[in-house]
Amino acid sequence: MKLKLAIPLILFFVVVGFLFKGLFLDPHEVPSPLINKPAPAFTAPILGESGKTFSAAEMKGKVWILNMWASWCAACRDEHPLLLEMKQHGLPIYGLAYKDIDADAQATLIQLGNPYLVTATDADGKIGINYGVYGVPETYIIDKAGIIRYKQIGPITPTALRDKILPLLKALEK
Amino acid sequence: MMMRIKRFFSSFSIALVLCAALGTNIYAASSQVENAQLEARLKTLSNELRCLVCQNSTLADSNAPLAEDLRNEIRKLMLEGKTDEEVKAYLVERYGDFVLYRPPLQANTALLWIGPFVMLLIGAITMFVVLKKRSRVESDSKEN
Repeated sequence: MKLKLAIPLILFFVVVGFLFKGLFLDPHEVPSPLINKPAPAFTAPILGESGKTFSAAEMKGKVWILNMWASWCAACRDEHPLLLEMKQHGLPIYGLAYKDIDADAQATLIQLGNPYLVTATDADGKIGINYGVYGVPETYIIDKAGIIRYKQIGPITPTALRDKILPLLKALEK
Repeated sequence: MMMRIKRFFSSFSIALVLCAALGTNIYAASSQVENAQLEARLKTLSNELRCLVCQNSTLADSNAPLAEDLRNEIRKLMLEGKTDEEVKAYLVERYGDFVLYRPPLQANTALLWIGPFVMLLIGAITMFVVLKKRSRVESDSKEN
C-alpha cells in the first residue's frame, strides 16, 4: 500500500529529471547528419589568388580541419585567436569564407592574422548548404579518407579543442 | 495602285505586330501561371520546413539569409523537376530530421509517436482497475 502512494512521487521526480536535463540542452546545436559521411566535394576559388582553385579532393590522404567563417561574423572574431594558436601548433586549418566579399575577408585576415593554410571562397553559400552550415563559424574535421569525423557548431572553445579536437586529430593521424 | 499596295503593307505590318504582341502575351501569361504554381508549391513545402537559424519559424516565414538561400535552392530543385519528397530528402541529408516540422516515424522517434498512446493505455487500464475495485468494494459493503 505504501508503495502505491509512492508512485505519483516517483513519476514526479522522473518528470523533474527530464526537465532538469532539458535545461542544459542547447536547441541551437543540431546534430549534423553528415558525421561519418563523406565530406561533400567542392572546388572553390582561393582567396587572393585569382584563377587558382582549391578542391576538397586534393586533401585525400590527409587529416584536415575545415573552418567556415566570414568577416561579417562576430563569433568568428571571438574564435580567431584560438585558430591562430592552433596554427602555431601546426594544425592543418583550411578556411572557407562563407558568403563573404573577397576584399572584406582579405582585410580581416590582414588585420587579425591568417590562421589558414588556404582560404577558399564560397560567395553564394552553395558549399555551405552542402555542408549543412546554418551559422558560422562551423568547423569540420575530415579524415584521410575524406570522411567528416567531427563538427563544431559555433566557435571552437578551448575545452572542445582540448577534450575533443586534439585527441581526435591524434587518433586520426595514426 | 501604289497607294493600295502601301495601305496593304501597312495594315499587314500592323497585323503582324499585333500577332507578335498577342503571342508574347500568351507566352508571358503561361509562364506566369507556371511561376505561380511553382511559388504555391514552394510556399506549401517551405511551411513544413524549419528555418535552421530562427528555429521557431518556418522556412516560408523566415527572413534569415540562409532561409532565403534555401528557398532559392528549393525553387531550383523544383524547376529541375524534383518532387517534394526529393526536396525534403535533399534538406534532411544536409541538416538532419530537424528541418522537418513533422518528425518521421523511425527508431529514434518511436517514443514520440507511440508515447501518447502508451499513456492513454496506462490511463485506461488504471481507470478500469480502480473502477472494478470500487464496484467490488461497493457490492461487498452492500452484502455485509
